[in-house]
Amino acid sequence: MSARVTFPNKILPYALILPQLVIVGIFFYWPASQALYQSVLREDPFGLRTTFVGLANFRHVLTQPSYINSLQTTAVFSIAVAFIAMSVALLLAVMADKVIKGKGFYRTMMIWPYAVAPAIAGMVWLFMFNPTMGTFAYMLRSAGYAWDPLLKGDQAMILIIAAAAWKQISYNFLFFVAGLQAIPKTLIEAAAIDGAGETKRFWTIVFPLLAPTTFFLLVINTTYAFFDTFGIIHAVTGGGPGKATETLVYKVYHDGFVNLILGDSAAQSVILMVMVIALTAIQFRYVEKKVHYG
Amino acid sequence: MKTKTFAAGLAATITMLSSSAAFAVTEIQWWHAMTGANNEVVETLSKEFNESQGDYKVVPVFKGTYPETLNAGIAAFRARQAPHIIQVFDVGTGVMMAAEGATRAVADVLPLAGKEFNKDEYLPGIVAYYSKPDGTMLSFPYNSSSPILYYNKDHFEKAGLDASNPPKTWPEVFEAAKKIKASGAAACGLTSTWLTWIGLENFAAWNNLQYGTNENGLAGVDVELKVNEGLFVKHFQNLADLAKDDTFRYGGRTSEAKQLFLSGECSILTESSGGLGDVLKSGLNYGLGQLPYYTEAEGAPQNTIPGGASLWIFDGHTDEEYKGVAAFFSFLSQTEIQERLHQVSGYLPVTMAAYEATKSSGFYDKNPGREIPIQQMMGKAPTANSKGVRLVNLPQVRDIQNEEFEKMLAGEQTAQEALDKAVERSNAAIKQAIGN
Repeated sequence: MSARVTFPNKILPYALILPQLVIVGIFFYWPASQALYQSVLREDPFGLRTTFVGLANFRHVLTQPSYINSLQTTAVFSIAVAFIAMSVALLLAVMADKVIKGKGFYRTMMIWPYAVAPAIAGMVWLFMFNPTMGTFAYMLRSAGYAWDPLLKGDQAMILIIAAAAWKQISYNFLFFVAGLQAIPKTLIEAAAIDGAGETKRFWTIVFPLLAPTTFFLLVINTTYAFFDTFGIIHAVTGGGPGKATETLVYKVYHDGFVNLILGDSAAQSVILMVMVIALTAIQFRYVEKKVHYG
Repeated sequence: MKTKTFAAGLAATITMLSSSAAFAVTEIQWWHAMTGANNEVVETLSKEFNESQGDYKVVPVFKGTYPETLNAGIAAFRARQAPHIIQVFDVGTGVMMAAEGATRAVADVLPLAGKEFNKDEYLPGIVAYYSKPDGTMLSFPYNSSSPILYYNKDHFEKAGLDASNPPKTWPEVFEAAKKIKASGAAACGLTSTWLTWIGLENFAAWNNLQYGTNENGLAGVDVELKVNEGLFVKHFQNLADLAKDDTFRYGGRTSEAKQLFLSGECSILTESSGGLGDVLKSGLNYGLGQLPYYTEAEGAPQNTIPGGASLWIFDGHTDEEYKGVAAFFSFLSQTEIQERLHQVSGYLPVTMAAYEATKSSGFYDKNPGREIPIQQMMGKAPTANSKGVRLVNLPQVRDIQNEEFEKMLAGEQTAQEALDKAVERSNAAIKQAIGN
């Protein structure tokens, strides 16, 4: 038990956290409460006629086949993005740890893609793999592979997963590198003396000791795949073909701002909010227990 | 001393502010979605109007794509900050019409400029589309277009086809596309932008088929789609069959397919006449033709329906501001302005006078094909099937149709299945939307 620190000043602490509270209030609680309010209303786009419909919007959303489809799409997309982004980053970080010459340069180059905005990352991938004008698309087609993400849902999915994972690798890399540096060299050396091979050393020493970093990144990557990938999906597939790449967040946008069904859209964002809160709670409650902070 | 100077300065500022307010020109906000060459036209028009008189100042503001502009307008209206004029694309027409109380009819505002509104001055097909069932014109048709056929003359020659005579019917188009593909003149024979607007809405009007009940929504908001039968199914099954070996290639939901034509990948393209600018710029050896039809359709070719966008007036501004809007619309209706708009952009002229003037200037003789979109729209008096399509949620319905088309073209379902599902889902969506 750490000793409790008390502050004599009653007002100052509140004054210090006030700016943060104001920001959270304006940018989170206010819009969130608006979403809650909108989710029980049925309204025309211009707000000229409003009726209270209770939970009808939720009932409507949850019985839509397209919503169930969107749930599955999100699950596949998020798991794939988090897994690929984290495993590739870990591999690169372990490799980068071994580089002796030009370490700084190598790492800097690895981190750069993180500075690319999601929509731009999407455009880059789109340019490479667009069946009309993409260089790689042309190469794939000449090799006899029927590449057409405009019509083939699984190919479109692969494309956005690749783009989203690629963009997140840098961020994960940065944290894994830091995590690796925190592992005492003595432990690894001791294991080496005991005759443990490189793979064995990684799985029995490095990987478990990296667990806090991995757990942190798991949370971050999941929220990233849920929310921040909107720009990529919007730029690359627009949710198509069919509804093959329409994730939950994209559906909220599409129903609200393209189809102008505000009630449904608000209900979906409320469900999404609950889902993310639950997901984070589960991760902290169960996964974190298994994480050894050393 | 210091306070005194400050007070004096303040007084002076206040005087200046109030006097400048008294003499200030009335600002008219115009939100639009025009990019590239079309954006320059918007800027030029505003500048010319502002220089032509001293009472009003039109300020054009680019708000993004068509849907983004509409959304910005809706959000602004909800926040009581609506612009005076907003450009809304054809599919948004139903959305705006359903929003009675949010807009003002152009027919009611135009007289404020001292100009009596005369419907006969405008192209009938276009005016009918932007009017209420009782004939009141609601929005000002700024840029209207109609789908036409573009073809690559070089490819036609290489494939041994008659390059001066484009195919007229869909079966002829399919034959030509197959020949082009088989001869190796191009990688793909046929493509099309906007499968919904061209392949369903205009397809129905042009072949005189019913798209939906209630005169396709013009006679009432309660509409059931009828596109899952007869020629619609046949047409899309044809496209689906041709897509199997790339004779027909899909480009995307909006105008992406134009790129396939411009790059020389595909030889025949059905696209809006508004896309002509890019084709001109590409330097392609192109030809223009009428939108194809099916000979077995009774009365085909009937007439096409307008696409493009119109200008809507938001409610909630002062009379003085509406006078400015009226003055600006009168300015836009002038024959010289409309003539120029039509000739530089490929969009249709809005007034009869501008059409006649362009005709007598010999423009169509020098630019064969440029009259096609107008002739298509004006050739015949519209029937109940061909006045246009208006749904309160047309953007959503088009999305549903596109989704089913994509699954069909990927070989996951037949045309009949795709259209059945599209109709079923669209009808449910329309019911939900009008249940508001």
